[in-house]
Amino acid sequence: MSYISDIYTGIKTLLTGMSVTGKYFLTSRKGAITQQYPDNRSTLKMFERFRGEVVMPHDENNEHQCTGCQKCELACPNGSIEIIWDRGIDEATGKKKKFIDKHIYHLGLCTMCGLCIEACPTDAIVWAQNFENSTYDRTQLTKVLNRPGSKVKAGVED
Amino acid sequence: MNISLNITETIQEWLIGFMPEGVASILGMSIVALIYLAIFAVAGLYLVLLERKVAAWFQLRIGPNRVGYWGLFQTMADALKLVSKELTGTVKADKFLYNLAPYFVIISSLMALAVFPFTKEFQAFDINIGIFFLIAISSVGVIGILLAGWSSNNKFALIGAMRSGVQTISYELSIGLSLLTMVLLTGSLQLSEIVETQKEGWLILQGHVPAVIAFMIYMIAGTAETNRAPFDMVEAESELGAGFHTEYSGMKFAYFFLAEFINMFIIAAIATTVFFGAWLSPFGITESIPWLGVFWFLGKTLMLVFLMMWFRWTFPRLRVDQLLTLEWKYLLPINLVNIVIMAIIVWLNLTIKF
Ligand code: SF4
Ligand code: SF4
Repeated sequence: MSYISDIYTGIKTLLTGMSVTGKYFLTSRKGAITQQYPDNRSTLKMFERFRGEVVMPHDENNEHQCTGCQKCELACPNGSIEIIWDRGIDEATGKKKKFIDKHIYHLGLCTMCGLCIEACPTDAIVWAQNFENSTYDRTQLTKVLNRPGSKVKAGVED
Repeated sequence: MNISLNITETIQEWLIGFMPEGVASILGMSIVALIYLAIFAVAGLYLVLLERKVAAWFQLRIGPNRVGYWGLFQTMADALKLVSKELTGTVKADKFLYNLAPYFVIISSLMALAVFPFTKEFQAFDINIGIFFLIAISSVGVIGILLAGWSSNNKFALIGAMRSGVQTISYELSIGLSLLTMVLLTGSLQLSEIVETQKEGWLILQGHVPAVIAFMIYMIAGTAETNRAPFDMVEAESELGAGFHTEYSGMKFAYFFLAEFINMFIIAAIATTVFFGAWLSPFGITESIPWLGVFWFLGKTLMLVFLMMWFRWTFPRLRVDQLLTLEWKYLLPINLVNIVIMAIIVWLNLTIKF
């Protein structure tokens, strides 16, 4: 008897599948997810979770949140990040303290794994959504993330 | 409006006017063959485009839209590219069979087109064993596929070709038997007569329950026969590269590709002729304008082609053993029982006629 019921469930499930795809077919004109890329360059907005490149946001006072702890450098599996740091005197407390000179990021080496961003205790680095990263010269892919003259935001280290 | 669509006769009569009869009939045939070749080469290209567009809509994409308005010249451009490509081959291939195989496939599928009644007159070759001819011709194509796989001297191509052999030989039975079920109703194998009987209602209505079952079996087996998904074991991209035509390039590859789409058209056209009344309009609404039959025929055929595309983009692929289980344990026994039911219905006069 299972022979007949097998055929019945078989046909029923196939028809269920066809109704699902049929609905997609009828509504696809409105909901096409294709991006007509070079045409819509000016309006194209990438998704929030898209991993374009690692950047370090700076606020209006040219201050970032990187303390120079080097955790991202350690976390990176292929050495895409190099931190050049220095020691200086903290003006507020007068104590010795570590600060970054250059946060160097090799975009050409990066596999976009995101481990550095997860490792950063102060959320100093985040993903940017830009994706047109090709250049004519690969030295341009080595970027210094902290802007010249920038300094760490007060209170981040506490 | 009186358009003469009886092409073979018109052309022959015109030729007989200025040359001996024997030459005229041969020349007439060649001209008809060339017309068919031109029409269906272009039609095949547009079927490829249709498939790509339909696939895109099923997958919430847009599909080809760059070459020409709405992408209409995309497949033309592809064909031009394929013509200009180098014909590569493997060193240890069996050169003669390797070059022969694509012609087997494309010629067998083009030959089948000759017998379709596009309207009452537009039929190149009204043979009295039409259905039988179609079934026979459609099984010649598989020889081309087997030859291609064998002569390429490539393991993947050979596996693909062997799978195709298994699949086509099995499903041919179902195609033949489901068409035979309908032949019980018409009492004739000639396509023009099959259409004639359908003036009392399309066969799928005349034969009601067993006819619907036969139609379902025919569509499943037809999809398998053309090696389309969900039965595309032959070119299983994930396992076999491109299957039997892995080693082909350029125009020879294009022949296989075109034949695949023309075969899909043929399967749909047979179904249109046998189940849905060929060029007959529903309720005879355009009976006074005979040439409109072409639109009815093509409309019905394209609906069925769309159904096959719908199958392709919905169903997951079968394994080889599932494929054979489906044929030998389900389709074939159901088909045999179905023939008996149909015979009883015809015997007791339980058909529906208008
Ligand atoms: S995303 Fe991964 S590879 Fe790239 S810099 Fe961060 S840790 Fe290194
Ligand atoms: S970016 Fe974050 S993890 Fe890397 S050195 Fe700066 S604070 Fe530490």
